[in-house]
Amino acid sequence: MNGAHDLGGMHGFGPINPETDEPVFHHEWERRAFAITMGAGFLGQWNLDMSRFARECTEPAEYLSTSYYEHWLHGLEILLIENGLLTREEIDQRMDELRNQERK
Amino acid sequence: MSKHKHEHPPSEVELKVKALESLLIEKGLVDPATLDEVIDIYEHRVGPQNGAKVVARAWSDPDYRERLLKDASEAIRELGFEGRQGEDMVVVENTEKVHNMVVCTLCSCYPWPVLGLPPVWYKSPPYRARAVSEPRSVLTEFGVELDADVEIRVWDSTAEVRYLVIPRRPKGTEGMSETDLAKLVTRDSMIGTGLAKSMEDVQ
Repeated sequence: MNGAHDLGGMHGFGPINPETDEPVFHHEWERRAFAITMGAGFLGQWNLDMSRFARECTEPAEYLSTSYYEHWLHGLEILLIENGLLTREEIDQRMDELRNQERK
Repeated sequence: MSKHKHEHPPSEVELKVKALESLLIEKGLVDPATLDEVIDIYEHRVGPQNGAKVVARAWSDPDYRERLLKDASEAIRELGFEGRQGEDMVVVENTEKVHNMVVCTLCSCYPWPVLGLPPVWYKSPPYRARAVSEPRSVLTEFGVELDADVEIRVWDSTAEVRYLVIPRRPKGTEGMSETDLAKLVTRDSMIGTGLAKSMEDVQ
């Protein structure tokens, strides 16, 4: 699939800026996003190519402006919904509940 | 929960992760113990220390080096390293005249069993875009200056094939044990964006 992920040779990105002594995860949510993606993958309902396709379905401008584990999360959500494991409504509803809890 | 988190409302991303995790657990689709195990494996047990053992063995044992270059997956398995994202491995060796460097232009393919999870720069657009078009300038940013006559070979990983670079063995390391040699092998030297540490670096 042609898309923003096909970055080889693209110009204009500037320096690489590698981080010294980088941790494996930078935030707790990244740790959890990694784990649930792996855990849901163990269900065997999709393979690696399907996971990548789901991540690469992100709209190009968004793909380039979001981080790696956000791509994973976006891909996981698509796969869970497409495979009938979760629905859009229950995810939105749960997010609303969590948002209200946090405000209290 | 930290004070910081109470002061700021959680981001939509954090909320989404929590929502998905709690729903998956409630429905019995993922097991919390498995999630903790997965995190522990990739945060603490699998990492470049594994690849360093492979390289140190290749430097020390010519027969092993030959097996590694011929059938990397099998030779790496001999040392007990196998698993996801490392099923089909290819090992390439740096020489006086050839320097190898690995990228995944399309995403983040990386040999997890021997290097762990990739660093952010490996997954980021600047490295993925530039490694294939201007590898020499990329190497300069990593502090690696090669002679002009050294050929640079860039390997673009795929979901199927993952690469590991054997860096050049540093001078003055003859007779060193594999354990000591492994300490000279850095993560970046096995991606090809670095060189193995010299004896001076570790003394």
